[in-house]
Amino acid sequence: MFTARGKRSVLAVGLVAAATLALSACGGNPLDEPSSDAGSGSGDSETIVVGSQGYYSNEIIAEIYAQALEGAGFTVEKKLNIGQRDAYMPEVESGEIDVFPEYTGSLLEYLSDDEIDVTSPDDVYTALTEALPEGLTALDYAEASDQDTYTVLKSFAEANNLKTIEDLKNVTSTVTIGAPPEFEQRPYNPAAAKEVYGVDLAFSATGPTTLESLLAGEIQVADIYTADPAFETEDIVALEDPKNLIISSNVVPIVSSDIADKVSDVLNAISAKLTAEELVSLNVLSTVDQQSSKDIAKKWLEDNDLV
Amino acid sequence: MNLFADAIAWMLAPAQWTGNYALPKLLGEHLALTAISVLIAAIIALPLGWLIGHTGRGREIAVAVSGAARAIPAFGLMVLLVLLLGVLRVPEAAITTFVLLAIPSLLAGAYTGLEAIDRRVIDAARAMGMTEWQIFWKVEVPLGLPLLVGGIRSALLQVIATVTIAAYVNLGGLGWPIIQGIPLRRFDQVLGGALIVAVLALLVDLLLAAAQHAAVPRGLRTGRPARRRTRPLNPAPAPAASTA
Repeated sequence: MFTARGKRSVLAVGLVAAATLALSACGGNPLDEPSSDAGSGSGDSETIVVGSQGYYSNEIIAEIYAQALEGAGFTVEKKLNIGQRDAYMPEVESGEIDVFPEYTGSLLEYLSDDEIDVTSPDDVYTALTEALPEGLTALDYAEASDQDTYTVLKSFAEANNLKTIEDLKNVTSTVTIGAPPEFEQRPYNPAAAKEVYGVDLAFSATGPTTLESLLAGEIQVADIYTADPAFETEDIVALEDPKNLIISSNVVPIVSSDIADKVSDVLNAISAKLTAEELVSLNVLSTVDQQSSKDIAKKWLEDNDLV
Repeated sequence: MNLFADAIAWMLAPAQWTGNYALPKLLGEHLALTAISVLIAAIIALPLGWLIGHTGRGREIAVAVSGAARAIPAFGLMVLLVLLLGVLRVPEAAITTFVLLAIPSLLAGAYTGLEAIDRRVIDAARAMGMTEWQIFWKVEVPLGLPLLVGGIRSALLQVIATVTIAAYVNLGGLGWPIIQGIPLRRFDQVLGGALIVAVLALLVDLLLAAAQHAAVPRGLRTGRPARRRTRPLNPAPAPAASTA
């Protein structure tokens, strides 16, 4: 059955297979942590490592921190766009990353296993400082936030005289809120809105199409995050939350405790100037004008005399 | 092991049996999406596969298209279609994705079923004076049925597994516990949802395996003779005749 030609092709296939296996070993283990660019990493006590989430807005804030620190004379190494919390928190907690822009509320939700019953910016910040593991410090938080909202079209708000979430009671027809799937289980979900404000809301897990669904009229209320550029580019307005139903989530620098004193002046000055509107404008520059986060950060620091 | 116990506990909790996201409702949505998608795919793929199998032409194209279509990243395609068709057409976008996923297996099942038939059987049918349509319905389809059911089985399994992504675009289904559980970091919920999909897939597979077995025409079943013999195949030699 094995002709000479048959044997040769078997040999050829075998060689190719062996070569492929050998070459695949050259790539290294894909499950390894990404190695730092400069090679020195956390071993060098002079270099400050600034990280960011896999989120363009977070990357802009990280660039702002990094460039401000460089302007203040530190050597800075950037590890941007790492991914979700499951990916970068181990590095932050171990000290491999020294400075990380975070959000008070969502980080608190990540760190706490128990129900969170605080919502105001100060309370959430205090709870976060208690929940942070050893070795991490939270510096001052900014007014800028990236938290959930109950947002409606401006035309809808005008037609139904809506200013706060409670005003949704005025609407006679069914009101549906669209949001990411996990919103349905959060402490500020429609069931909680019923308890706090007495409004009846149906839920639709619109997820990635939330903004489009709101604009198309499929849903009446949408959970649009406060830093979303849509607040500048579309005619939408967030309903006010006077009873603090929704957990606040302000931008806050999380730093390694051993360098906290060195960097606090620089970073706190940034937090003092970073308002909610400013953050939305920065995001618009990124998504609409397609500017790089490096350029956006540079211009913002210059405009605010921080570098 | 603890996570498995948590997942089972999650499944049995009363919260999972009432309300908008109750497990029976999710199961119904999941099966509905699967059934609609496989049905539409069958309407497209079966006539095409039968045509290719009956005439023997176009086989290379069918093989190439089937192979390429199997490599479609379903999640990416679904999101792309939702972006292109708009939020008001999300069900159409998702079902198109699942239909495209199901077509290769159904196409392959149809034409290989017909290809596997001995040409002499077809010739015999033709010789008996059957028209092409009669040959097709009376000879080719019954003989090709086991492989066709195999193709349906493969398609159903792929679609059941993939319909879990429908929850990402608000179409419900058994992917919902997974898609909601990950950002909430409730891994008992994630595992519970995954287990239910796996069990459903296995059950459907078993059902169709039985169907595949039952689809074999009676005359072709091995292990049982088609006709009971009343006399042995090789009769014992008769006693020698007296003539010399």
